[in-house]
Amino acid sequence: MITLTHYLILSGILFAIGLMGVVRRKNLLMLFFATEIMLNAANVAFAAISSYRNDLSGQMFAFFIVAVAASEVAVGLGLLIMLYKKYGTLDLDAFTIMKG
Amino acid sequence: MVTFAFYLFAALIIGLFLVTVFSRNVLYAMTALAAGMVLISGLFFILGADFLGAVQLIVYVGAVMALYAFGMMFFDVTRDLDEKTEKGWVVFLLGGGIALVLVVIFAAPILGGSAAPLYPPIEGATNPQSVGLVLFTKYLLPFEVASVMLLVAMIAGIILAGKKMERSISMYDHDVDDDADDEKEAA
Repeated sequence: MITLTHYLILSGILFAIGLMGVVRRKNLLMLFFATEIMLNAANVAFAAISSYRNDLSGQMFAFFIVAVAASEVAVGLGLLIMLYKKYGTLDLDAFTIMKG
Repeated sequence: MVTFAFYLFAALIIGLFLVTVFSRNVLYAMTALAAGMVLISGLFFILGADFLGAVQLIVYVGAVMALYAFGMMFFDVTRDLDEKTEKGWVVFLLGGGIALVLVVIFAAPILGGSAAPLYPPIEGATNPQSVGLVLFTKYLLPFEVASVMLLVAMIAGIILAGKKMERSISMYDHDVDDDADDEKEAA
């Protein structure tokens, strides 16, 4: 029998994977992918709690997370394109312009 | 049956997202991410959140991943990424520790049992019907704010990505360098 704990553990594992990606990656596009993974992990937890607690609020929050993710992608991809025009690369190490 | 489906989906999602995070090829990473999104919508269908599963398929797989695919046409993604990574154990420690804290945060109300259902599903209504009833009564103001936010994001995306679109950005640097060289030679 699958309980809520199973889903929460799965969500935690997925969030850890996304966080590892955010910390480890140096390419901005891959950082965006890792952010999507983290948002999806939160969505899984919300949907599971909503289902097991008989409460629709969790699904509502998941909808708003989806909306936030969609707008984040729209703005973020525009910024990525501007950065690529300026520097010719998406490597984070290339953007370190402060010396110290 | 549900147990088998959950474990199958969970294993596949974890594997695909690991590919996304650790792959050196952007195309592999994006494909694995899209497949993982599809399987997460399968989890939503298991949980009875039919509408959320459909939204996940349409918005994430249909819109977000398609947007990434279009965006990647601007970037040079054919070569492998060479990323400097140092101190792998710090990354694992940080990721694991913060994830543990988050699991505790998520599990705390369940263990306490203090959280009472605020909006239980309406009897005799399907999932999309009850979602619509709650979304357009109790969550109407956040819904409108979200729509304004999406409009702002759309305008921002158009303005950010649309500037100087007549110039090809993959050829841009070479063109500038060639022009500079030509000018030097002419001088």
